[in-house]
Amino acid sequence: MEPAASPGNLSGVRHILLVLSGKGGVGKSTLCAQLALALRHEGKKVGVLDVDLCGPSVPRMLGAQGSAVHQCDSGWVPVYMDQEQSVALMSVGFLLEKPDEALVWRGPKKNALIQQFVSDVAWGELDFLVVDTPPGTSDEHLSVVEALRSHQPLGALLVTTPQAVAVGDVRRELTFCRKTGLRVVGVVENMSGFACPHCSECTNVFSTGGGEELARHAGVPFLGSVPLDPQLARSLEEGGDFMRDFPGSPAYPALAAIARKILDAAQAPGPG
Amino acid sequence: MEEVPQECPGTGSAQAGRGASCQGCPNQRLCASGAGAAPDPAIEEIKEKMKTVKHKILVLSGKGGVGKSTLSAHLAHGLAEDENTQVALLDIDICGPSVPKIMGLEGEQVHQSGSGWSPVYVEDNLGVMSVGFLLSSPDDAVIWRGPRKNGMIKQFLRDVDWGEVDYLIVDTPPGTSDEHLSVVQYLSAANIDGVVIVTTPQEVSLQDVRKEINFCHKVKLPLIGVVENMSSFVCPRCKKESQIFPPTTGGAEAMCQDLQIPLLGRVPLDPQIGKSCDKGQSFLTDAPDSPATLAYRSIIQRVRAFCHRHPSHEEEQRSTS
Repeated sequence: MEPAASPGNLSGVRHILLVLSGKGGVGKSTLCAQLALALRHEGKKVGVLDVDLCGPSVPRMLGAQGSAVHQCDSGWVPVYMDQEQSVALMSVGFLLEKPDEALVWRGPKKNALIQQFVSDVAWGELDFLVVDTPPGTSDEHLSVVEALRSHQPLGALLVTTPQAVAVGDVRRELTFCRKTGLRVVGVVENMSGFACPHCSECTNVFSTGGGEELARHAGVPFLGSVPLDPQLARSLEEGGDFMRDFPGSPAYPALAAIARKILDAAQAPGPG
Repeated sequence: MEEVPQECPGTGSAQAGRGASCQGCPNQRLCASGAGAAPDPAIEEIKEKMKTVKHKILVLSGKGGVGKSTLSAHLAHGLAEDENTQVALLDIDICGPSVPKIMGLEGEQVHQSGSGWSPVYVEDNLGVMSVGFLLSSPDDAVIWRGPRKNGMIKQFLRDVDWGEVDYLIVDTPPGTSDEHLSVVQYLSAANIDGVVIVTTPQEVSLQDVRKEINFCHKVKLPLIGVVENMSSFVCPRCKKESQIFPPTTGGAEAMCQDLQIPLLGRVPLDPQIGKSCDKGQSFLTDAPDSPATLAYRSIIQRVRAFCHRHPSHEEEQRSTS
């Protein structure tokens, strides 16, 4: 079942990181976008590959909605966020004629596009390729892991929210990683508390503690908790650069710390 | 239909069994014989099975994490508060089955009898089915490709002995893919009353939800309406309201006006909701005075009213015979 790997278009990519969760809506795409921005601000060249074919969120979050994808000799040219080409994106979102068009595809067709996304995008030289995924442990996940296997990904970042219902799904995702031989770089807990902008009282809107407990149970690093931050939510809506523009905002310190830990993991000698 | 080649042209395609990628597939002969193109006999079997189910409601969203399972569970709880109403909750999220936990049924197992699989009962009048009941450990992952998931959904619809049911609520995973196509396909002869679409206020959710609405139009599913979850947050200390997920493009209200779909209700973010779900308890009973409970109850009432305004095909048949 494994396609023959051509070094080709991924040969210039130094580190590949998959962002997974068993659960939907925990902030995978948000984390991908912020990681890309943070790494770029550290002087790295970053690519974001969005393999969520039904709900591609990355284009909007990085202000690239409506961009078109062009072809070159080596395949598809990624969409660049900026003139310096420091952040490159690929998503099915760029291939849809109308943004509200639903991609109603069964597994085999999704798998075929994902394979193309992995092998036919001319990424060029990148320090990091961050792969955003849909929730679950199904076609997209199997296909992207299989297609990337020979390129030795750095590993997977697992995202959860604090409550047990979310952690319950992410435990299964950890099993997926184990079964497919994907190293887990760490667990991030998102939506960890909300500080009321009026009185600063912090409320655990989605309970508390689940992410850290999950990391401990699974024996993997806990990379941090990111609080709920309406300014971050707004930035995502507007496709802004939260990491550049809002260093004083509640979510910033945790996101910056997670980016640093990813950089450390990439530099450490390891199985990845 | 376990191991399907990745370039499978699809069992209904003209190339089924004949394409280059079909070589070596265990189902090649079946497809080449044209059997794949014939309607699945399960559709008729499911139609028969569904004759004892008066109303079927799907809960969909394009987006993950907006509260589909939470709403499905509380729709079920709310409808089942009337002891004379029989309610069934079917969870077709095969990879991330949240319903057992939310309903307080973690660790329960499914039993087989002569008449099929027995649902797991929360109350005498509230039965639940989920792949979660078939897994022996909370760490077990269901790493299945589309065709295998479809097979499971078929079994859930055909082989579960629901008995006489007033409302069957189907909770779905996010997306517009195998599970959604399968549940629509398998229930195509059994008549789905309608769909409740769940969203949160931000455009990042709405953009996926619009796709889901388009999917519903494509497969001709009636829309009951949209529920906006996590609408606003009231600080338990200062009681002032904030918007954690800002509706930068007008939220569900603007989308519903635009697309001419009813907005069934807006549910505020109450931290008790997550706690109740984690404990497997009904939030409606845990926090009867919460604005979120009032919102849920109003939504439940509107869904009930929709089903009664639009009698199911079966009900019409019953009333004329």
